[in-house]
Amino acid sequence: MVDASEPAIEVRDLRIMRGKHEVLHGLDVSVPRGAVVGLLGPSGCGKTTLMRSIVGVQRIASGSIEVLGSPAGTASLRRRVGYVTQSASVYDDLSVRQNLRYFRAVMGADRSEVDRVMDATDLVPQANRLVGSLSGGEQSRVSLAAALIGSPELLVLDEPTVGLDPVLRVELWGLFHGLAEHGTSLLISSHVMDEATRCDRLLLMRDGMLLADETPEGLLAITGARDTEDAFLHLVEHHPRHSSGEAS
Amino acid sequence: MSFGRTLATTGRVLAQIGHDPRTIGLLLVVPSLLIGLMSWLFVDTPVFEKVGPAMLALFPFVIMFLVTSITTLRERRSGTLERLLTMPLDKADFILGYTLAFGLLAILQAGIAVGFSIWVCGLTIEGSVWLLLAVALADAVLGTTLGLLASAFARTEFQVVQFMPIFVFPQVLLGGVFLPRDQLPDVLHAISDWLPLSHAIDALNAVATDSEGAGYIGGKLLIIAAYAIGAVILGSITLRRKTP
Repeated sequence: MVDASEPAIEVRDLRIMRGKHEVLHGLDVSVPRGAVVGLLGPSGCGKTTLMRSIVGVQRIASGSIEVLGSPAGTASLRRRVGYVTQSASVYDDLSVRQNLRYFRAVMGADRSEVDRVMDATDLVPQANRLVGSLSGGEQSRVSLAAALIGSPELLVLDEPTVGLDPVLRVELWGLFHGLAEHGTSLLISSHVMDEATRCDRLLLMRDGMLLADETPEGLLAITGARDTEDAFLHLVEHHPRHSSGEAS
Repeated sequence: MSFGRTLATTGRVLAQIGHDPRTIGLLLVVPSLLIGLMSWLFVDTPVFEKVGPAMLALFPFVIMFLVTSITTLRERRSGTLERLLTMPLDKADFILGYTLAFGLLAILQAGIAVGFSIWVCGLTIEGSVWLLLAVALADAVLGTTLGLLASAFARTEFQVVQFMPIFVFPQVLLGGVFLPRDQLPDVLHAISDWLPLSHAIDALNAVATDSEGAGYIGGKLLIIAAYAIGAVILGSITLRRKTP
């Protein structure tokens, strides 16, 4: 049916304008299938813009984005791609279960999905509580649960672990790797560099450009750095456009 | 478009409102309270008999406009709309789901306001009460659809509240409440012909005094419906999946 060797996401020469400013400058990105790929970079570097383009809600100036073999934004992809925005995009004034029931209906997924995703995100005890009364971490788990409905082939998660307690973070990364083992492709953004080691592959971004596309080990080997933070600094220093001689 | 997804959206909006007793109170009781205040204000004069029917058009229209525009705007702002647009939800499912949810509330609201005006405030209705209810309902639905449309042009709750004077007040001023429409200056009369609330007020006055036939009122109802449908269509055009 689908060629497993073909990447989950293939972005070519993507340019995006915000007003008169170009915020993504001809980005080329490839995300393999069945892996956890981290999109790392400081806040404001264009991670969210890239993710919005991949899920098809961002107007693009030029370039092409293929997602699971179809152009981004194609109607059939809406069942196959799950997206979690940075802030929990769920209804505050509904219970956890009511939220998930609604998103289940919209996805046209099986009714049993509501219980399955609540279980997967450890939300069963909060099922009947209003989302507005939950903690920030619990709210972002509800948002994640909604994206898991219908087991999409690709998950695009914008900073899903920000502000979570360390125990929960480890649990969520476990969940992500479990999904990847079952063939789901995941693109997960973070501005916290120490989450890099948890990814199978890393995309490092700065100022709307890609600095590196490597495995965590490969990144350290190339740069000779001790950790991702160091590697990032090394890359910024040696990048033609970011080096000190840059004329902007 | 899918019937199931439209109804799921309606159910979800109603469930949200169900968790918010204050909004329910605002929706169902406030128009009647205001009509009651009007009738008390004019208790020793014949004025309420004249303006009472218009009030049935005015208060539900304004309140539905406000409530709908703010609720939809919240959805745009909270990121849930963006999430929905990445899901297999048609824009029409979204808009119709909202229209249906608030339309159902409008039925209740119009019913309560009409009942209150007749039985508590003693408003005399010469024509058919059912026809009165139908016009009041169409008018509340019109408020809903215009509210949906207005929310597309606002980025904040602040702005959407500012839209009220623009969308609503001119319709009130020119609708024939302050001065019968045929006594307005020609230009204003011509403008008022293009404002949907004028037709709602005309129709309610006609039912109250039984001065026109059902054909006239049916025509007015069609005009109101045309505006409501137009607002829904414009609303779904302004709803974009891709944004800058």
